[in-house]
Amino acid sequence: MHERYEVGASEITELVRDLALKANMLLPDGLKRMIGDAYNKEKMSIAKEAFSDILKNAELAAEKNMPICQDCGLAVVFIEIGQRISVCDGSIEDAVNEGIRRAYTEGYLRKSVVKDPLFRRENSGDNTPAVIHWKITTGKDIKITVSPKGMGSENMSRIYMLKPADGAEGVIKSVVEAVRTAGPNPCPPIVLGIGIGGNFETVALASKLALLKPEGIRHRIPEYAEMENEILKRVNELGIGPGGYGGMTTVLDVHIETLPTHIAGMPVAVNICCHALRHAEGKIEGRPIDD
Amino acid sequence: MIKYLNTPLTEEDIMGLKAGDIVRLSGSIIIARDAAHKRLVESLSSGGEEPFPIKGEIIFYAGPAPTPPGEVIGPIGPTTSGRMDPYTPFLLDRGMKGMIGKGKRSPEVLESIRKNRAVYFGATGGTAVLLSRSVVSVEMVAYEDLGPESVRRLRVREMPLVVLADPHGGDIYVSGPEEALRLIRAECSESTPEKEF
Repeated sequence: MHERYEVGASEITELVRDLALKANMLLPDGLKRMIGDAYNKEKMSIAKEAFSDILKNAELAAEKNMPICQDCGLAVVFIEIGQRISVCDGSIEDAVNEGIRRAYTEGYLRKSVVKDPLFRRENSGDNTPAVIHWKITTGKDIKITVSPKGMGSENMSRIYMLKPADGAEGVIKSVVEAVRTAGPNPCPPIVLGIGIGGNFETVALASKLALLKPEGIRHRIPEYAEMENEILKRVNELGIGPGGYGGMTTVLDVHIETLPTHIAGMPVAVNICCHALRHAEGKIEGRPIDD
Repeated sequence: MIKYLNTPLTEEDIMGLKAGDIVRLSGSIIIARDAAHKRLVESLSSGGEEPFPIKGEIIFYAGPAPTPPGEVIGPIGPTTSGRMDPYTPFLLDRGMKGMIGKGKRSPEVLESIRKNRAVYFGATGGTAVLLSRSVVSVEMVAYEDLGPESVRRLRVREMPLVVLADPHGGDIYVSGPEEALRLIRAECSESTPEKEF
């Protein structure tokens, strides 16, 4: 007999709320270090001032419990739930949205969701619904990641349906082109999440997951690690700089995430994130159910 | 060098600005973004009245986060200006003198900035809490129903800005990266010196 576990919907709400608040207000330390390094390396005075303002902003946000950016984004939530867990007192989806609703209301975060994308564009008033991605695991806990994503950089993200023959150079050229076209709009310095493989919809998700990889850590497969370094070098040679004012650092970090794909294809997604790459993670252990 | 400016900007102030200048702006500005621009320009085009005098005004493309208790305003930062491009020449022709935002403008907007002797300032994206520190007061002006997109008047003290496009045709998004490329190339040739024979 397999043991079963349970988690309360209200626990999920509480954790989502806490994570959404934390993600919006605290810039991850690794990212702060990278921005600090970029400041030290910078030779243009206006770019140096921009890096320094970005760091001052992060400090002020943490000190005053205010969101790092006025665009508190679409609330992207990743849920990894063990297959032996049942949620005992309500809908898990409602619980997640309730957590987002509370964070955005109680934390004075900006609500930027419109219910209809084209004709009505009426604000939902509480930043719900969240964008929720589900993954079933074999564990007995629920892992939750909340990653608010602003639209400035999301608007500059791209999907390319490349041919297998385009090879690594084709991927690199597409990424450089995406960053060049984006120019100042995604609030550089940026971080790049690159999905390669899968199909039209999964490659986009892979690129978003790539953004959440630990700062400065290269891909475990040497060829991809080398590609990450090459992309970093080539995009920084564009000279776009912080704010697009011109500068030595345009891209702070690059991560590739790969997926198996079809013999006839090589989809590539470039998810661009501004320097406020906000995310927070937490988990809830399931309680054994006696039956 | 930092240039300190007070609103309303004079002709001399504006003509003295160059893309790449670091500026501290004090005085009165308006915030308005996507939906407010659409409504404003549609209303004015069909003979409606100006909800605020546009002549001499500076518009900041921003929709701040809600104001927490005890604060003047919530975090306020620039949104991408390009979305306001279709409305901008119309407003510049009616006397608007400046904009604050981020990102490239269309050739029509840059030409209209030159023709109307106006200026396009930038605030660095992702510095919204820092920018909010320079806001002294906020007053509702119009379109309150638009929530974060409503039109408000801000009094600001030494708001940290840069000049993105000047009335002489200067555009930092062209000149800045060009300058950076020169520096990057110089650095490359320093670190890998060519062998002398």
